[in-house]
Amino acid sequence: MEPIIKIEHLNKEFVLKDMNVHALKDVSLDIYKGDIYGIIGMSGAGKSTLVRCLNFLERPTGGKVVVDGKDLASLTEKELREQRKDIGMIFQHFNLLMQRSVLDNVCFPMQIAGIKKAEARQKAMEYLKIVGLEEKAKAYPAQLSGGQKQRVAIARVLASDPKILLCDEATSALDPQTTKAILQLLKEINQKYGITIVVITHEMTVVQEICSHVAIIDHGRLVEHGKVEDIFQAPKSKEARKLIYQGYEKVAEMKGKRCIRIIFSENSAFEPVIANMVLAFKTTVNILYANTRNLDGVAKGEMILQLPEETLLQEKMIAYLKNAKLSVEELKDYVG
Amino acid sequence: MWDKEVIMMIVRGIGETLYMTLTSTFLGYLLGMPLGILLTVTDRGGIRPNAAVYKVIDALSNIFRSIPFLILLILIQPMTKAIVGKSYGSTAMIVPLTVAAAPYIARMVESSLKEVDYGVIEAALSMGASTWTIVYKVLLTEARTSLIINATIATGTILGYSAMAGCVGAGGLGDIAIRYGYYRYQADIMVVTVIILVLLVQILQGIGMMLSRRLDRRRA
Repeated sequence: MEPIIKIEHLNKEFVLKDMNVHALKDVSLDIYKGDIYGIIGMSGAGKSTLVRCLNFLERPTGGKVVVDGKDLASLTEKELREQRKDIGMIFQHFNLLMQRSVLDNVCFPMQIAGIKKAEARQKAMEYLKIVGLEEKAKAYPAQLSGGQKQRVAIARVLASDPKILLCDEATSALDPQTTKAILQLLKEINQKYGITIVVITHEMTVVQEICSHVAIIDHGRLVEHGKVEDIFQAPKSKEARKLIYQGYEKVAEMKGKRCIRIIFSENSAFEPVIANMVLAFKTTVNILYANTRNLDGVAKGEMILQLPEETLLQEKMIAYLKNAKLSVEELKDYVG
Repeated sequence: MWDKEVIMMIVRGIGETLYMTLTSTFLGYLLGMPLGILLTVTDRGGIRPNAAVYKVIDALSNIFRSIPFLILLILIQPMTKAIVGKSYGSTAMIVPLTVAAAPYIARMVESSLKEVDYGVIEAALSMGASTWTIVYKVLLTEARTSLIINATIATGTILGYSAMAGCVGAGGLGDIAIRYGYYRYQADIMVVTVIILVLLVQILQGIGMMLSRRLDRRRA
């Protein structure tokens, strides 16, 4: 099967005040029909530029973009405009026409396509129904919430009956709950209409939620790509690991040098002493060694903990543990 | 002194002033609007950047705006005569007023259109909209509030110019103010005409602001 979007050795350079910015460096990627392809990267990684190269809102300075068998660079301006009708796009800030009603916003692409007004209006109502906003047809964008605005933008995109939908940080301005609802809607659209979706985001949760594939971009380079579950299970690149473990950054590596041995003798075996301490201080400790047993409901044994770097915090933790009826003993030079 | 004749003269003056102002504003927009659109579209970061076109219009509009109106009026008298057949009177004044207004209006239109969020233009481009569609359906519609406010300001300014043109026999309220108030020391007539001028500007401003507010959909 031919990919619906084929990106080959894509390069994009900008000249900004005698400074050369190399936004995309030799990016190659195949996206197949029906995929929900996530493109993830930190801000400034070049993902917004990449997505704009897929409909030539940005013209690449090197390489090829082939959409549906057509090399975009070979199209005349008119052909390109026609091609763009097959590639819908939604944006972080929705980009609705503020002076037009919701209904007229949805009618806009049909107006561009030369569809008669009455027919366009009727169709627009159907699209608004799909996104669950038919009762807002007469409202103006300023009267809607962020989530509603994005729904209107999605209805507007559907109105041009696209094969591909590009989402440029489409949920980044929304709260987590609204994000979830919008992602759900995108998933439905993908399944119901077979629209291929490209999702640009900086949030791994978005990729996790809806994407089938993911590409990781860093400093304009494609560092890793593949199926979401494969990348999540075994991220190969440093950038992928960094993005996947976004939430747990603090555990990356313990730098503290101070270690203690704690001895359990009279605590309940069911009291999570260490976990409670971590929650209380909202700072992690590292268990370097542990040998504890449950003897008739009493915890027996010892543990070696690596404490965080901050001295005050170390003292507080030691006090906390002593208070929890553990004997605490300092260990010298246990870690380098 | 406030006989029928004077009152008739003032009424005629109001008519002439409005005739000069509104006609020149209209013609000024006929010329200035396309220039303003061209300035917006061809500027760097516009939808069809074209440095040559931008620079030419930019330079011309700056040159014409920097010539004092009275000098411009005299400078283009031959052209006025060629177009209207004479170089005095209300109709003749429409020529220099339009020439003075057009570059000013072009700049006003440019500034209004540049207020339109680029994201919305990008969205239209992504739908396959042509340049013309974007100008007509996105730029002009989205910027309409600002365009109307600026048109109101432009009309007020042109009204001021038309009064200035009174110096060279333009007719209208400015002419009356100069002839009676200045040359004949009839301060009362001058004061009345000035008050009427102030009122006219106030009314025009009021209509413009009301229109722009009514047409603005950006408030929840």
